[in-house]
Amino acid sequence: MSTQNIFMGYRRENDRVGVRNYVVILPLDDISNAACEAVANNIKGTIALPHAYGRLQFGKDLDLHFRTMIGTGSNPNVAACVVIGIEPGWTQKVVDGIAATGKPVAGFAIEKHGDITTIAEASRKAKEFVHWATECQREECDISDLWISTKCGESDTTSGIGSNPTVGNMYDKLIPKGICGVFGETSEITGAEHLCKSRAATPEVGEKFMKTFQAYQDEVIEAHKTTDLSDSQPTKGNIEGGLSTIEEKAFGNLEKIGKQVSFIDVLGPAEEPAKGPGLYFMDSSSAAAECVTLMAAGGFVVHAFPTGQGNIIGNPILPVIKITANPRTIRTMSEHIDVDVTGILTRELTMDQAGDKLIDMIIKTANGRMTAAEALGHIEFVMTKLYRSA
Amino acid sequence: MAIPQLLVHDKRDNVGVVVVENLKAGDEMLCVVTEDNSDFTLAAKEDIPIGHKVALVDIDKGETVIKYGEDIGRVITTVATGGHVHVHNLKTKRW
Repeated sequence: MSTQNIFMGYRRENDRVGVRNYVVILPLDDISNAACEAVANNIKGTIALPHAYGRLQFGKDLDLHFRTMIGTGSNPNVAACVVIGIEPGWTQKVVDGIAATGKPVAGFAIEKHGDITTIAEASRKAKEFVHWATECQREECDISDLWISTKCGESDTTSGIGSNPTVGNMYDKLIPKGICGVFGETSEITGAEHLCKSRAATPEVGEKFMKTFQAYQDEVIEAHKTTDLSDSQPTKGNIEGGLSTIEEKAFGNLEKIGKQVSFIDVLGPAEEPAKGPGLYFMDSSSAAAECVTLMAAGGFVVHAFPTGQGNIIGNPILPVIKITANPRTIRTMSEHIDVDVTGILTRELTMDQAGDKLIDMIIKTANGRMTAAEALGHIEFVMTKLYRSA
Repeated sequence: MAIPQLLVHDKRDNVGVVVVENLKAGDEMLCVVTEDNSDFTLAAKEDIPIGHKVALVDIDKGETVIKYGEDIGRVITTVATGGHVHVHNLKTKRW
């Protein structure tokens, strides 16, 4: 069993620990993307997170927008944040939300100033933040400070045999050490919801999961489905890889949560865990970029992403570690893979060894090693939208 | 231990997964049940790609396909032992 219990991280003002040190230029809304990208171009060492939404949203969808914005800026992998919006009201709301962490954050509104003045002022602030952030030093942290999320993609049958149970083995070993973990993908539990419910820590949490699962079935799937989810579940890639039905995919999916741990709460999308260390379920889309973006907004700092056919996703603030057991994927697209567990298929690698191999890579990644997705520039930031805007 | 061509999750399963590339019809497969490391041999009836499923027994039309010891759907045509089980003959019971 892996014995590594420490890593070098950035301890933030609120005592959470990050493994990256970004200065983020965050657009409140779609029309502020241009200003944010201009600031990120002016000031090296910053990153803009352009996205498609933020106007005329309302109700739960607007709540989710704010939660995702505030959660992203609050993530411990972010050292400091500049928020730019078209008007000051909602911009300030996001700034105040991020400021609750104690980290440096400043907001700029474009109305009454225009892009050019806003970009100049925001660039000065961003430069200040870069100097401040680059003086932050990594320090020794206990492994329990790591919040590790998981979501799989372009899965195939080798995911259920190899890469997913590798993640499960990691959770079985690290959850008892006091980390926070999260899994989600509400639609991809279909067919295995009884098994998932049985993994809840208490009957109440099990009922909360079933209520969330049923709401997704009723409000999203049943309301919009054609005969068979139009080849979306399983995806074309899943089918190419040998997965035939949603049930088969779901049982493979659940291999990610291991054999011993149970989940202690059900989180809304982008919601931060509030019940202490343990495994959580997050209500989320099964689309990779959407799901990982929500988990980053929930405060997770390292992501374990098992794949079969080779999903190439990354995230701008959350390092995404790719794990595969498929030898064809290793042969044809190895540049995307961080952890090769093909030995599980040939019976040359035990699950215990595979789990340790992943833990070693998680520690290396937390210490600063760039993942394949980071080196290849995958920075998919995709907001989840619940329904059409007003 | 020799390298297996087919892995089976659970003793109750009636399908296994091909874990090597270029498996051809007639190939004798070493099959390992990962649950307890027990093994057996089985001949593939068709060329079956890596990751795809093989029937371990004859599965009659309408019968349930078991993988992970769980119901993953039903076959819409009878599949013979060693045959390819996939979207052409296996369907979800939902949606």
